[in-house]
Amino acid sequence: FSLYVILHSSTTTGSASPVPNSYESVEGGGYSGTSLQASLRHLHPYSQPFPSLSELSSALGGLGGVSELEAETLRPVNLLQERNILPPKHAPPPEPNLSNDLRKVNCSPDTFRCTLTNIPQTQALLNKARLPLGLLLHPFRDLTQLPVITSNTIVRCRSCRTYINPFVSFLDQRRWKCNLCYRVNDVPDEFMYNPVTRSYGEPHKRPEVQNSTVEFIASSDYMLRPPQPAVYLFVLDVSHNAVESGYLNVFCQSLLDNLEKLPGDTRTRIGFVTFDSTVHFYNLQEGLSQPQMLLVSDIDDVFIPTHDNLLVNLKESKELVKDLLNALPGMFTHTRETQSALGPALQAAYKLMCPTGGRVSVFQTQLPTLGAGLLQSREDPNLRSSTKNVQHLGPATDFYKKLALDCSGQQIGVDLFLLSSQYSDLASLACVSKYSAGSVFYYPSFHHVHNTAQSQKFQKDLQRYLTRKIGFEAVMRIRCTKGLSIHTFHGNFFVRSTDLLSLANVNPDSGFAVQMSIEESLADTSLACFQAALLYTSSKGKRRIRVHTLCLPVVSQLSEVFAGADIQAITCLLANMAIDRSISSSLSDARDALVNAVVDCLTAYRANGSNIQPSGLITPAALRLFPLYVLALLKQKALRTGTSTRLDERVFSMCELKSQPLLQIMRMAHPDLYRIDNMTEQAALHLNDSVIPQPPLLQLTAEKLTREGAFLMDCGSVMFLWVGKCCNETFIRDVLGYPNYASLPSNMTEIPELQTMYSERTRAFISWLLESRTFHPAFHVIKDDTSAKTSFFQHLVEDRTESAFSYYEFLLHIQQQMSK
Amino acid sequence: MRLFQSRDLQLSQQSSVWIIPHERKMAFTFAAFCYMLALLLTAALIFFAIWHIIAFDELKTDYKNPIDQCNTLNPLVLPEYLIHVFFCVMFLCATEWLTLGLNMPLLAYHIWRYMSRPVMSGPGLYDPTTIMNADILAYCQKEGWCKLAFYLLSFFYYLYGYVEFKNK
Repeated sequence: FSLYVILHSSTTTGSASPVPNSYESVEGGGYSGTSLQASLRHLHPYSQPFPSLSELSSALGGLGGVSELEAETLRPVNLLQERNILPPKHAPPPEPNLSNDLRKVNCSPDTFRCTLTNIPQTQALLNKARLPLGLLLHPFRDLTQLPVITSNTIVRCRSCRTYINPFVSFLDQRRWKCNLCYRVNDVPDEFMYNPVTRSYGEPHKRPEVQNSTVEFIASSDYMLRPPQPAVYLFVLDVSHNAVESGYLNVFCQSLLDNLEKLPGDTRTRIGFVTFDSTVHFYNLQEGLSQPQMLLVSDIDDVFIPTHDNLLVNLKESKELVKDLLNALPGMFTHTRETQSALGPALQAAYKLMCPTGGRVSVFQTQLPTLGAGLLQSREDPNLRSSTKNVQHLGPATDFYKKLALDCSGQQIGVDLFLLSSQYSDLASLACVSKYSAGSVFYYPSFHHVHNTAQSQKFQKDLQRYLTRKIGFEAVMRIRCTKGLSIHTFHGNFFVRSTDLLSLANVNPDSGFAVQMSIEESLADTSLACFQAALLYTSSKGKRRIRVHTLCLPVVSQLSEVFAGADIQAITCLLANMAIDRSISSSLSDARDALVNAVVDCLTAYRANGSNIQPSGLITPAALRLFPLYVLALLKQKALRTGTSTRLDERVFSMCELKSQPLLQIMRMAHPDLYRIDNMTEQAALHLNDSVIPQPPLLQLTAEKLTREGAFLMDCGSVMFLWVGKCCNETFIRDVLGYPNYASLPSNMTEIPELQTMYSERTRAFISWLLESRTFHPAFHVIKDDTSAKTSFFQHLVEDRTESAFSYYEFLLHIQQQMSK
Repeated sequence: MRLFQSRDLQLSQQSSVWIIPHERKMAFTFAAFCYMLALLLTAALIFFAIWHIIAFDELKTDYKNPIDQCNTLNPLVLPEYLIHVFFCVMFLCATEWLTLGLNMPLLAYHIWRYMSRPVMSGPGLYDPTTIMNADILAYCQKEGWCKLAFYLLSFFYYLYGYVEFKNK
C-alpha cells in the first residue's frame, strides 16, 4: 500500500526565511554545535511514559535466540577441506543483531547495506579486524511501496539537520532526541497530530517514525529555483561509421515507440543534435511543415544558431519530432564524412541546455577525431595479454572532465552510449558521464546485421533507459552517528563538499558506495545510525526528498565484528577500492592489495581465535566465501592480467563495477550457474499458477559441467545457455526447438516459446530470474564445440587458466602468504 | 673570506695600505644581495603557504566549492615553484653551497609533485573531482603546514645569513 498523508493546512509556511543561495544550505549542514551534548546528558533518556518502538536499549538486543545466529556465523570452516562452500541458494544478507521491533522497521538491505553489520566501537578494533567499513547504497531504487508525506513542516534536528526517523527516542510527548548527534529537539505542534490514526498526542506513530524509507514533499525552502521541467537532448553521431553500424534505425524506432512514455509532464522538452565533422541542429518549431536542419561548420567556436525552437515542447511539436525521427536514418545514408567532432557537439549541447538543465544522451561510434577534445588511439594491441602493468586506464585529456563539471554545475547529466568496434578511448570519454552523474553504456562490435545479439540488447536497453524514472537537479547527503565519518565516495557524481554529492540526474539503476572511518569511540552508544537523504525534482516538476535510515548495533568484541561481516558488501567495496587504486597507482598494485586484504583478514581471525588448527585455512562461516569472491574479482575483465582484454572493455568493466548496484556487481563477478535440463518440481516455488523450479546453485568449475547436460549461467548483463555434446534430445527438441544437437545454430539468442512442459518450466525459471531486473541481459545459446564457448568458460572462476590460479591453488597461496 | 683577509694583510704589511681586491668586493655584495632577495621572496612564499592552508580549511568546512577553490589555487602553484627555483639558481651563482644544499630536498620534492600531478590541460596540481577525498585533503593540509614551517625557518636563516654577510 502506498500512504498518502494530506494535512488540512495552508500551502506554505509563509515564512520570512531568506532564499537559500546554495545547495549546501538548502539541504542543511553537518554538526554546527557540539557543546550541547554535554549539557543534555544529565537528562534521563528513558523517562518517557509511552512504550514505543523507539526505545533504544541495548538490553533488547541481546535476546537468547540471537546468539545462536552468531554462533552459526562464527563456526570455523576449514576451506582446504570443505569442497562445497557455495550454498545451494543465495544466502540472504546478514540480519543485524537488533531487537525485533527495530529489525522490522530497519531499512531494506536492497537499499542500504553495510559491510559490517556489527559496527566496531573504535578505530583500533576496526583495524584489528582488517575489514573495510563502508556502505553500499541504492537510494533511488524502484520501490513498490513508498510512504509519501505531505506535511507543512519537515521535522529535522536543529543542529545536524537529520530528518526524523524510526530510531530517534522520544523523551516525553514534546521532545525528541536525535540519534545522530544526541541533541534534544522540540516536537512541533503539527507533528503531534497523526492524520493516519486521526489521533493527537502520539508522535511516535506517525509514518515518518514508523518507516525507515520515506519520501517528503519539499517546500520552496528546498528549492534554489522553480523546479525544472524534464528536458531531453539527444546527440547523435551520423558519420559514415555510424550509419554503417545501423544504430540510428534502432534508436529512432525505439524513441518513436516510447515517445509517449518519456517521463515528464506538459512542460517536457526535447531536442536533437547530430554531428559528423560539423554540428547540425534541428528547428522543430510548431508551425513548420517539416523539421529544418541548421548546420554549424565552425567547430572551433560552436554557437547556437537560433535561440528557441531547438529544444521544443514535446506535446506541441510531437508531429514534427515524429517526422524527424522517421527521416533521420535516411538523411545520412550516403554520407562520406568519416571524421567525428564529438567535443564541439558536446559544447553545443552544453550551451543549449545551460538555461534549464536536464539530460543529454550521447551516441558515439568511433574515436573523436576533430575539434576540441580530440583523442588519439592509445591502445597497443600487442599488449592486450600483458601480465605487467596495463597502461592508459586514466583519461588522456581533462576536456571531458571539465565539461562534465560545467554540466554538473548547470544540472545537466550526460549519458554516453558507445557503439564502436574499434578502440575509442572510453577511459577519457567516460569522464563526461562519471562526474555529471550520468551512465555509460557500451556495445562493443555493434552492428545491426552482423551482431544481432548486441542490436537486440541495445533496443531493450533503450526501452528501459527512455522510460525509467528520473530525478533532476539532485543532491544527496549521507549522515552518520557522531563519531563516524565518511572519507571516500564511489560512484558517478561530483563531490561538492565533505558529505554532499551533487547529482545532475538520478536514475534507479545506479548504486553508490562510501568508505567510513571511526573518528571517535562509539563506546557510549549501542546503536549506530546512517541516513541518506536525496533531494531531487521529479519528472513532473515536484521537489521531493527521499530519506533512508539504517540502524546497526555497535559491538566491542572482535569475534562479533567477524560474525556480522556481510561478505557480498565487502567484495563490492573492495572492488571499488581496487579500481581506484588501479587508476591512481597501477593494476598490479590493486591486485596485490586485493590478495593482501584476504590474507590480512584471515590472519587477524587466526590471531584472535582460540581454536588454532595449524594446518588448513580456517575462516568463520560468515567469511567462508571471501577467498572465492576475491578470486572471482581478480579474474574479472577489469582486473585480470595475462588474458587478452581489449582496453575499452576493461575500462567499461571498471565503470560498471563502480556504478552498478550490489546485486548486479555480484552477478558480474561471481555468476550463478544452474543445470536446467533436469529441473524437477522438488522444492519448487508456486506463484501465480505457475510452478517455478529451483535448481541448486553450482560452483563455477568445469567439474560441475557434464556433456549430458545443459547449463544456464547468469552473469548479470549477459546469460549463457551451454549445451553439452551429448545433451538429451528431449531437452533440445522441447526447449530449443531443434531435432538434435547437430542442428542447433551457433548464434541462437533466444529460447522459442514452445507449448511443451519442458519449455514452460524453463521459461518460467528464466523469467523468475529476470523478474526484478531492470535491464534485461543479452542471451546466448552456446554449443560445446564452437569458438564462442571461451566466453562461457572464462567465467568459471574456480578453474585454472594459463595465467591465473585455480581456487584451490589460490587458497594454498593465501595460506603461504599468511605464514610469512 | 679569511683567506682574502690574510692576503690583504700581507699586502698591507708590505705597503701599509688596506687594499681590498675588486673581486672580493663583488662577491661580498652579490651574496648579501642574494640573501636579501631570498628574504623578500621567502616572505612571498610564506604568504602562499598561508593562502594554501586557509584554502584547504575552507574546503574542509564546506565554505567554498571545490571547482572555484581549485581555480584560485592552481595558478599559484607554478609561480611558487619558479620563485624557489630562482633563488636556488641565485645561490648557485653566489656559490653558497650550504644554503643550496638545504634547498635541494624541497626542489626535488617540487619536481616530483609536479611530475605526478593528475592529467590537466592548465597549470596546477589540484583536481576538483579528487580533492574532496579525505586522504588527499589531509595530505594537502599537512603539506601546507610543513611548507609553512620550512619557509619560516628559511626566512630566519636568510635573515641571519644576510646580517652575517652584511657585517663581514
